[in-house]
Amino acid sequence: MPVFFENRDMVTPGDLLAEGDFMAGRNTYKIDSKIYACKLGLVEYKGKTVNVVALNTFYIPSVGDLVVGKIVEINLHGWTVDINSPYLATLRASEAINKPYKPQKDELSEILDIGDIIMAKVIAFDRTRDPLLTIREPGLGKITRGQIIKVSPAKIPRIIGRKGSMINILKKETHCNITVGQNGLIHIYGRNPEDEHIAILAVKKIELEAHTSGLTDRITEMISKERGDG
Amino acid sequence: MSKKIQLVDENGIRTDGRRPKELRPIKLEIGVLSNADGSAYIEQGKNKILAAVYGPREVHPRHLALPDRAILRCRYHMAPFSVQERKSPAPSRREVELSKVIREALEPAIFLELTPRTSIDLFIEVLQADGGTRTAGVTVASLALADAGIPMRDLVAACAAGKADGYIVLDLNDIEDKEGTADVPVAYMPSLNAVGLLQMDGQLTPEEFEEAFNLALEGCKKIYELQKKALKEKYLAIKESVEEAVEEK
Repeated sequence: MPVFFENRDMVTPGDLLAEGDFMAGRNTYKIDSKIYACKLGLVEYKGKTVNVVALNTFYIPSVGDLVVGKIVEINLHGWTVDINSPYLATLRASEAINKPYKPQKDELSEILDIGDIIMAKVIAFDRTRDPLLTIREPGLGKITRGQIIKVSPAKIPRIIGRKGSMINILKKETHCNITVGQNGLIHIYGRNPEDEHIAILAVKKIELEAHTSGLTDRITEMISKERGDG
Repeated sequence: MSKKIQLVDENGIRTDGRRPKELRPIKLEIGVLSNADGSAYIEQGKNKILAAVYGPREVHPRHLALPDRAILRCRYHMAPFSVQERKSPAPSRREVELSKVIREALEPAIFLELTPRTSIDLFIEVLQADGGTRTAGVTVASLALADAGIPMRDLVAACAAGKADGYIVLDLNDIEDKEGTADVPVAYMPSLNAVGLLQMDGQLTPEEFEEAFNLALEGCKKIYELQKKALKEKYLAIKESVEEAVEEK
């Protein structure tokens, strides 16, 4: 059962990762007993499973994910939302208001209009139909303050860190509220624009250097340096 | 009748100074366009080609979407200034055909079934042409797809071989393509040992064809190594600069 790379080696699509009694994990595929990579990324051997941590991906919705989206269309019974994914999401009117929805009475554009940014949660998705969203939970709904930045969805786990270690440091050091959407859109809201600016710089740095080690220390260092300059 | 041009001289050297079984110098780069989801650029000899990938994304017009897989749409286009005589920017018969063969060379490499009802749009823009643009187009397009994070079975490398002045030669340039006896473009996925494109233009004996085909496969394997290196380079450069900065402290 040979493996052909070391942990955290960079691999490209088509690279033969392992042969024999292994299971194909994320971003890999199996032909007979051979496991190949299907994306550019870092290989990860975990017991019998072979994963590739991709360096760039697009967002595929999954139930329970927190996402940031933009209203692009108002329909009869709800809204169409761009969630930075290959699929446009639907937000039903009944998932946005707390009383029964009456099309003849309720004006949807007064609740959410085209161009509004929302924080939402995915409640259903199976690839045959567009994902469904909800904003009927605390913390969800229209975003009225702060800034939104876009990163590759592949870097989201790195920005959150192991058990939220990275994101907690960011929140503490920059004094900002940071909400990370799984779709690669991040909402940053601080007490003043300077704090937000530092947080954005830090997130951009994490995105750029996601595949390097010792990143947490460098981020802390960078933030304190930026603070000193400002 | 025009005067016969000598393509390979008595020392076995070709018009651009190469030996018969030598590739042109290749430069590859990924992530060159910030607005595309994935992009790549190739310089192969005097060829200069840009590729951009958008998607997977919503299909417009909607009726083209397939319920069980994504569609790959490909546009091969030559810039008006890419050749000696100005080329009309409207898509010619040749460009429509090349768009199709490039699409069909890449389709088997992509896991289209993972994103049903979407489209992956691929644009190949030839900025300067010097023979072998369809193969260079495939090479650069597969890099752009990988850069976009689209799941692929393998990278596709492509290269042509042919016959000029009685020699079987690798990677024909424009003059060898036009004045030579035959041209065999091949697109190949080395890890899977699968051929995605095989064409022949001109006349070859079965033995010569086999020799040219095998030579083209060898060329593809060399290009494949360059592709892998180019993909990793962008990220390794960042890693190195970070590590240097750490060491300085």
